[in-house]
Amino acid sequence: MEFQQIFTIAGKEFRDRMRNRWVLAVALVFTVFSLAIAYFGGAQQGTVGFRSIEFTIASLVSLVIYLIPLIALLLGFDAIVGERERGSLDLLLSLPITRLELLLGKYLGLAAALTLSTLAGFGLVAVLLVRQFSGAALFHYGGFMLSSVLLGLAFLSMAVLLSVLTHERTRASGLAIAAWFFFVLVFDLLLLGALVATGGSYGGEAMAYLLLLNPADVFRILNVFSLDDVRTLYGLTSIVPPALAKPWLMGAVMAGWIVVPLGLASWRFKP
Amino acid sequence: MTRNPPPIDLSEPPAIEVRGAHKHYGALHAVDGIDLRIARGEIFGLIGHNGAGKSTLFKMILGLTPATSGEIRVGGATVQGRDFRAARRHLGYLPENVVLYDNLNGLETLRFFARLKGAPLAQCPALLERVGLAHAGNRAVREYSKGMRQRLGFAQALLGEPQVLLLDEPTNGLDPQAIRDFYATLRELQAGGVTIVITSHILAELQERVDRLAILASGKLQALGSVQALREQAHMPLTIHLTLAATDRPAALGLLSAVPGVTGTETPEGLHVNCPRGSKMAVLRALAPLGTALQDLQIQEPSLEDVYFDLRKG
Repeated sequence: MEFQQIFTIAGKEFRDRMRNRWVLAVALVFTVFSLAIAYFGGAQQGTVGFRSIEFTIASLVSLVIYLIPLIALLLGFDAIVGERERGSLDLLLSLPITRLELLLGKYLGLAAALTLSTLAGFGLVAVLLVRQFSGAALFHYGGFMLSSVLLGLAFLSMAVLLSVLTHERTRASGLAIAAWFFFVLVFDLLLLGALVATGGSYGGEAMAYLLLLNPADVFRILNVFSLDDVRTLYGLTSIVPPALAKPWLMGAVMAGWIVVPLGLASWRFKP
Repeated sequence: MTRNPPPIDLSEPPAIEVRGAHKHYGALHAVDGIDLRIARGEIFGLIGHNGAGKSTLFKMILGLTPATSGEIRVGGATVQGRDFRAARRHLGYLPENVVLYDNLNGLETLRFFARLKGAPLAQCPALLERVGLAHAGNRAVREYSKGMRQRLGFAQALLGEPQVLLLDEPTNGLDPQAIRDFYATLRELQAGGVTIVITSHILAELQERVDRLAILASGKLQALGSVQALREQAHMPLTIHLTLAATDRPAALGLLSAVPGVTGTETPEGLHVNCPRGSKMAVLRALAPLGTALQDLQIQEPSLEDVYFDLRKG
């Protein structure tokens, strides 16, 4: 494996996203939404204004869980199928580069763009709210930012897999939207439905492990279990057994969600 | 006139060697048993209908598509396996209908590919100059015309001074002047020992410019040789145009009737004579008694297009 080739591809992807202001736009979206949520998050309870950092993080988690998977899927679905459709994939693969190097370069370049916009967007919020933050709160917020990055990387990996498996951009984009619907909207409903339909007779604990099959749920577990105050706010994740409440374990599962789709993509990648 | 093909030097390995190559996609035999040796410094044309297997053969030579069976060597080395990087640094490729990156400018495009190919970045401005894009190097490819994009693609193929060039429809979208310049560049490269394989749907364009060519049909080699050799293989008659006064035409037709297989028809200027390849000199000798009555004479070889359709008929 030649890192030079990976960096060349990654550098182009990253610079493309800087040049067309994608990174800036996404960072601004994160900042604006976060500030709005931090300020108006308590409106339902009849108050506006900045409240405890834990509630702010809890509100941000529900924002991020919709937004980041969508952004990551839209960022990544084009990676390979776009080159294929314009005819440049054959050209790239005729150069002294392996398919794995091309795939990793694409992924790392897009991952750098997504990571930068996530850190910049939420980092700016932290700077603006720094007076509300205690030391512990900063630690929690840091954890939230890190898990947001991991969530984005997991869905980006999924998007690159879809991009490898399809031969038309329209199909890849359709599948990306479908993946978003499934993991963000449908998956939890299915689990909840199964739980209700079986009347909870099939061990709720085993069912909880099924949450690991969805990176969005892993993200939720990661954040919710670090916040005692808000654990009760969530329905489904509250049944999670304590064994799953270990951040390093959830981090490992998230890493799996990054590595496995990429591995599948590398395996199925044909010119 | 067609140039003579360079003698194939068997003492050195051919630039490209394809032996018993097959590529099957399920029941479809895209490439169905091709044997081909292309010598160093040869300009080699590959023609055939869409779907004849040209692009698949290209991809196999590039090592993009593994052969179902058979062996392919470029410069004596296999394009796949451990030494693929070294082999590919000596290859230049221009795919058919490639769309380069709209958001980069010409120079950035070349630099990107130069980095991947391990070619010196200093080559990029010189190559832009060579394909006539020096003035457009700082303009976004988005603003390029079809011909300019094609020329940029060609410049990309020349990065790293490749020893073998594979060009799929390289003149697509070029104006007549650009096509001339393009072939002049190929001639220069050939003089430097570069081997060039080229496809085109414009057969008239290839017929004067390739040393040898192969006709591909349904994944098989239907014919292989110089344009002249293919003409002979096709047994296509020559056409001879005679310029004669109307009063001299009956005499000329009488003289021609003595040569077997020759037919003449009247045209406004004189006669149009269909003549088997072997009878050309016999026709000329038979016409000698006309003397000064024969005002002009033109011998027309069948075009590559005629030969192509004749050979494809089988």
